[in-house]
Amino acid sequence: MRFFDALRGLFAKRTADYELDAELRSHMEHRADDLEQVGVPRKEAERRARVEFGGYVRFKEESHRAAGGRFVEILGQDVRFALRVLRKSPGFAITAVVTLALAIGANAVVFGVMDAFVLHSLNVPDAKTLWGTAYGDESGFQSYENYVDLRDRNHSFESLAAFNFDFPGLETNNQTDGAAAFATTANYFDVLRVQPYLGRFFHAADEHGSGSAPYIVLSYAYWHNRFADDRNVVGRVVLLNKHPFTILGVAPPNFHGTLMFMSPDFFLPIVNQDQVDGTSLLHDRSSQGTVFETFGHLKPGVTAEQATNDVNAIGDALAKAYPKDVSHKESKLIHPGLTAFGGPAKAFLAGLMLLALLILLAACANLGSLFAARAADRGREIALRLALGSNRSRILRQLLTEAMLLSFAGGAVGLAGSVVLLRRLATWQPFPGAPIHLPVSPNAETYVVALMLAVLCSLLFGTLPMRQVLRTDAHAVLRGGGSAAAMGRRITVRDVLLVVQIGICAVLVTSSLVAVRGLLRSMHGEFGIEPHLAMTVNTNLAMAGYSDERVPVMQRRMIEAMQAIPGVEHAGLVAGYPPLVYTAGESVNVFRNETTDLKQANAVAAPYKYVVSPGYMDAAGTRFLAGRDVSWHDDKNAPEVALVNRQFAEKIFGSVGGAVGRYFKLQSGMRVQVVGVVENGKYVTLTEDQQAAVFLPFLQWPVSNSYLIIRSRREAQPLIADIKRSLKQLDAGLPADVESWSSLMDVVLFPARVATAALGVMGAMGALLAITGIFGLATYSVSKRLRELGIRAALGAQRREILATALGRSLRLLAFGSIAGLILGLLATRVLASIVYDATPRDPLVMAGAVLVMLLLGLVATCIPARRALKVNPLVLLREE
Amino acid sequence: MGEQAQLLPGTLDLLILKAVSLGPLHGYGVLLRIAQISGSALLVEQGALYPALFRLVRQGLLKANWGTSENNRKAKFYELTTAGRKRLREEADGWSRLANAMAAALAAKAEEL
Repeated sequence: MRFFDALRGLFAKRTADYELDAELRSHMEHRADDLEQVGVPRKEAERRARVEFGGYVRFKEESHRAAGGRFVEILGQDVRFALRVLRKSPGFAITAVVTLALAIGANAVVFGVMDAFVLHSLNVPDAKTLWGTAYGDESGFQSYENYVDLRDRNHSFESLAAFNFDFPGLETNNQTDGAAAFATTANYFDVLRVQPYLGRFFHAADEHGSGSAPYIVLSYAYWHNRFADDRNVVGRVVLLNKHPFTILGVAPPNFHGTLMFMSPDFFLPIVNQDQVDGTSLLHDRSSQGTVFETFGHLKPGVTAEQATNDVNAIGDALAKAYPKDVSHKESKLIHPGLTAFGGPAKAFLAGLMLLALLILLAACANLGSLFAARAADRGREIALRLALGSNRSRILRQLLTEAMLLSFAGGAVGLAGSVVLLRRLATWQPFPGAPIHLPVSPNAETYVVALMLAVLCSLLFGTLPMRQVLRTDAHAVLRGGGSAAAMGRRITVRDVLLVVQIGICAVLVTSSLVAVRGLLRSMHGEFGIEPHLAMTVNTNLAMAGYSDERVPVMQRRMIEAMQAIPGVEHAGLVAGYPPLVYTAGESVNVFRNETTDLKQANAVAAPYKYVVSPGYMDAAGTRFLAGRDVSWHDDKNAPEVALVNRQFAEKIFGSVGGAVGRYFKLQSGMRVQVVGVVENGKYVTLTEDQQAAVFLPFLQWPVSNSYLIIRSRREAQPLIADIKRSLKQLDAGLPADVESWSSLMDVVLFPARVATAALGVMGAMGALLAITGIFGLATYSVSKRLRELGIRAALGAQRREILATALGRSLRLLAFGSIAGLILGLLATRVLASIVYDATPRDPLVMAGAVLVMLLLGLVATCIPARRALKVNPLVLLREE
Repeated sequence: MGEQAQLLPGTLDLLILKAVSLGPLHGYGVLLRIAQISGSALLVEQGALYPALFRLVRQGLLKANWGTSENNRKAKFYELTTAGRKRLREEADGWSRLANAMAAALAAKAEEL
């Protein structure tokens, strides 16, 4: 119990007390001196001085109060006394502290995350007036040309900036590494009002059209990690996919770009992105992938609503002026940072916060009933203190001090744990290669919230036994002896608390089971691909310096090399990202063959577009429903062909069988013949509605950045080694990341996994609280009725009857609370359905699981008290009292 | 020692201020000084002095410092602050007015009315 000793030291007798003693003693000595002078012997003089002085303790107390120091002293006394009491029951103290630490810690962590994502905006100056069109809101401003028009025509923004992602290879000192960059408009930093840490930023004046600004600005972290804080990097030339770029400066440490959950390594002008990627998309108005988000500060006096109308008017005008390239839907302006994820993320965090508060409430109910039980046990002590003249307020204050002490200890431990957890979250890299950055940091607000929760807790459970103390009749208790409160038939506060607590726990258990079940389903859903047993190899031939005409040749050699590896069943290639990887997808407009006016409004579908090699479908595990695969003869000299999925076939041609051989048109007017139909699948997220998809042959649509898909039943490690070896034989300098498709899908499963983990932890905490609550009550009721049970046993009661007497009440309360909680839980988990794929609360398995869990909890928690009840030896018991 | 009078409520503070105004004193010294200036007519319970002293310090009317007494013992000496001096003046004036009025009232005789 060193901890309590240390705490006690804090409240050691204060110096003020010593001073007062010294002063009063000095007074009496002076008086004794005077008496001695008139002939009284010293001993007698001192005695008389003491007598004349009067009630020493009383005057001391009065002096304390007069000096204003009484409150602190009483508090000190209370704390010392509370520590002594708690030390006598370390089991209780530790249980209480651990319970509170878990509950307060959980709240602090959830609050910390919520604080970072919901309560705080982007870490840039004047974030309040920063508004933009978010990716994923279908506003239709995702092309650079549209951005330029929006920037120049609007009357609402001071100026508008935009950014996009780019993942080039950066070469310096002959070493090339893949990097994650933001391709930004040159006014990006000026619009955000950010100042450089080192060197300078690029500005609007630096760009003069496509490819005119070969500059980059490093993020602080990348400068630190990759360039070792070298201040001489400013002015150095590095190679991005073999093109020279000059480092202009370094961004400040607290600036992580304009997405909350991702921090780029560096920034390059968006006008140079084509140069780096080997594309020509900048001036392609129909391209939906050149701008990710557009944002700027509103002019003073302009409301968000006015700006939204302004933006919508421009969007409609653009759709009218360029019907082939632009389709504009309703724009909504949001604060940048979370893009379209904002809504669901906020809802989920709010739900989680609610559950965390429920845990805290359950913990308080738990501790409240423990406290009430203790107060009942201490009825005699309290009665004695009352009889000796202590007043009730002092006793109540004493009990509250105990509660406060436990709360603060629990709060401190919980906070320490949450700080560790939040710090780890901040440096968490859930996906290798994806520059995830969670801006969580344990800050003053988190501390204040934890402190407030601790105080709230202590008030909640500390005041519960008050009624008991206030009603204590000292004479009756002392005369009657024994317990202050008998376990009667009536419903007590403790019973209500237990039902509340079990109800809350049942809610938590049900929620977590729903989430786990949803996750399990999403793992084994119909993806239209079989990620299991499939390896992927990411290569970017443009990054490796291959010219356009050599790219498809090399890709074909790579596929053949993969097929030659022993044990490989199929190998194929897909350009860009495979389905369900990094939530990336690109869609194209398609038109019926008969359509002549190819404006966007006439498009019959906007399927996801994939560029694939022959053999990709087999490698991906996608089944053919009709027709043939694309072949090695479907090249630039052959007529354009495509594979489509069932959804595409049924939507445009009416049936799977009727699709093969038919034609559709692309935006450019190109006619494409359907040669095969494949099964439906999921393409970007697991929760998406069924989407159409079209697969074009890579020899007709060359792309340098691609994934090889290799299907094999071989063990992963030797297979990866073989893959790497055969790629090296083709090109020793080719950077290639080998990874299983399943692990690449982590990003897609990430939200569901996080939700499941969070809810799982909450559920486990709820279960723990339920166990301690039921256990506490059952143990208490058994111990209170031990004597009665003994008499019953002596009179020949059966084991079953004794058990029913001892535990019946606890079990009845358990059943009642569980049923209430299950119903509430099923209602609450509707909220989960939006985050966790396929999470339906009306799942009989979940219901059964929740009931089973609650039953098990009850069984575990009543097991030990039940054994104690059965072991009752009437002789021993009756002799004892 | 002669006849002794009970202190009226509120008069102890004034007596202490007056006693201390004649020079810094420790607690016991305050008692002796009060006895001296009142001709031993006013009785102060020894212990009751201290709550009053602490109250006056807290009100900023007195300040206290540890020192050595004439008996060569450690003792806490009290002296008036500026606020204390002002308060003493006000209270003394008030008290004189009250005392004069009371004396006049009690001295009234039927034939003078």
